[in-house]
Amino acid sequence: MRLLTHNMLSCNIKGVTNGFPLKLEADKWVTKEVDLNADFLRGVFPKIEWPALVAAARALDYGDLPEQADGSMLTSEDFLRRFHHALLELHVEEGALVCPETGRRFPISKGIPNMLLHEDEV
Amino acid sequence: MELTSPSEETKKPQKKAVITESVPKIAKIQLVSSHPEVYEPCDDSFLLVDALLADRLNLINQNPKFCLEIGCGSGYVITSLALILSQCNPSTQFFATDINLHAAQTTLQTSANHGIHCEVVVTDIASCLQKRLQKSIDVLVVNPPYVPTPEDEVGAVGIVSSWAGGFNGRTVIDKILDVVDELLSTNGLTYMVALSENDPSEICQVMREKGFGSKIALQRSTEEERLCVIKFWRERETNEVDREITDNGSSLNGWLGRVPFVNSLWKKGNETSNS
Repeated sequence: MRLLTHNMLSCNIKGVTNGFPLKLEADKWVTKEVDLNADFLRGVFPKIEWPALVAAARALDYGDLPEQADGSMLTSEDFLRRFHHALLELHVEEGALVCPETGRRFPISKGIPNMLLHEDEV
Repeated sequence: MELTSPSEETKKPQKKAVITESVPKIAKIQLVSSHPEVYEPCDDSFLLVDALLADRLNLINQNPKFCLEIGCGSGYVITSLALILSQCNPSTQFFATDINLHAAQTTLQTSANHGIHCEVVVTDIASCLQKRLQKSIDVLVVNPPYVPTPEDEVGAVGIVSSWAGGFNGRTVIDKILDVVDELLSTNGLTYMVALSENDPSEICQVMREKGFGSKIALQRSTEEERLCVIKFWRERETNEVDREITDNGSSLNGWLGRVPFVNSLWKKGNETSNS
C-alpha cells in the first residue's frame, strides 16, 4: 500500500463522521523506485491532504516532508522529489490503519489494507 | 518512396493508424494468478477488455490520473487496462477493490506478474474510497456480479460474491451506479458489463436521470448469456457551459480546455500543425 492510497482511505463505519485520516501503524515497509513525473505530481497535489501524508511518512521513518505545503512549492525540484518519494515510492507491507474516531483497527497484510466492516458496523 | 492512390488511402485510414502504433498489450492468461475462491477470466472479462481495447485511443487521450476497478477478481481487467495505458500514460495510478481478500491478493499477484503496480483494497464496492476520491476517477471499470440469484447470496463469502447479483441481477449493479456518480471525474469514463436480464436500457435510463450519457460499447452472445459493455460519461448541462464562458471572460483557450469534444479537436489541430 502506497501512501497515496492511505491518503484516499477513510473509515466508513456507520455513524462515524470523522473517519479520516486513518492512523498508520507500520511493521514492515519497502521502498520501490519509480520515475518522477512533475506534471502528475502537480496535478495530484490539490487532492492530497498534506498533514495526513506527513504523518503517514513519519510512521515510515521518513521525515523529509515540510510540515506545511502549498502550490507555490511545486516549482521546487527538491520539494517534488520528496513529495514523489513519500507518495509513490514507500510501500507498507504489514501493519494496520486505525480509525481516529472509534479506534477500530484495519489490518494491512501483504501490502493490502482490509477495510471490510463487521456486520454490526455497516 | 511509393505512392499510394488517394482513394486507397481514404478507404483504410483506421488500419493505417493501427499499423503505425505498436501492438496494444493486454494481460496474458498464462500470467494471471488463480485461487479456488476467485473468479477466473471468462467471456465477460474478455468482452470488457475488448471494449477497452476498442476505445484505447480515447482512453490514452484522456491521460487519466486515477483509474479504478470495482470487483477486480483475478486482476485480468485492471492489468489489461494498465498495459493499454502504460506506454503513453506512465504516471497513471491504478486502484482496485474487491470484497474477497483472495481476489485482492490474486489481483496484486497478476499485476506484478505483468510488471504493473496496482493498489488493491479489500472493501465493499468502493466504500472506504468514496469520500476522498469523489469526482476523481478518470476511468472506472466494473464487471459486476450480474447473475440473477436469491437476495441472500449477494455479498456472500468467497467466489459466490463474484456473480450473485440478487433480483434481476441488479442488487449490486444499482449500488454501483450510485458510486459511479460519486467517483467519476468531470471527463471520466465508465465501462460496465451487464447481462440482457439486467435490462441495460433501464440501466442507461437510471444513469440519464443522474446526468450521464451512455451507450452500448460492445455486445456479444455466448451459448449461455447475452452480454454487453455499457459506457457512461457525464453529460454537460448547457447552463454549466454558459457559466464557465462568463467566468473565464475572454480566455478562449481556458474555455475550450473544459469542453472535452472541442478540446480533442483543438489538440488534434495542434498536433497536425506541429508535425
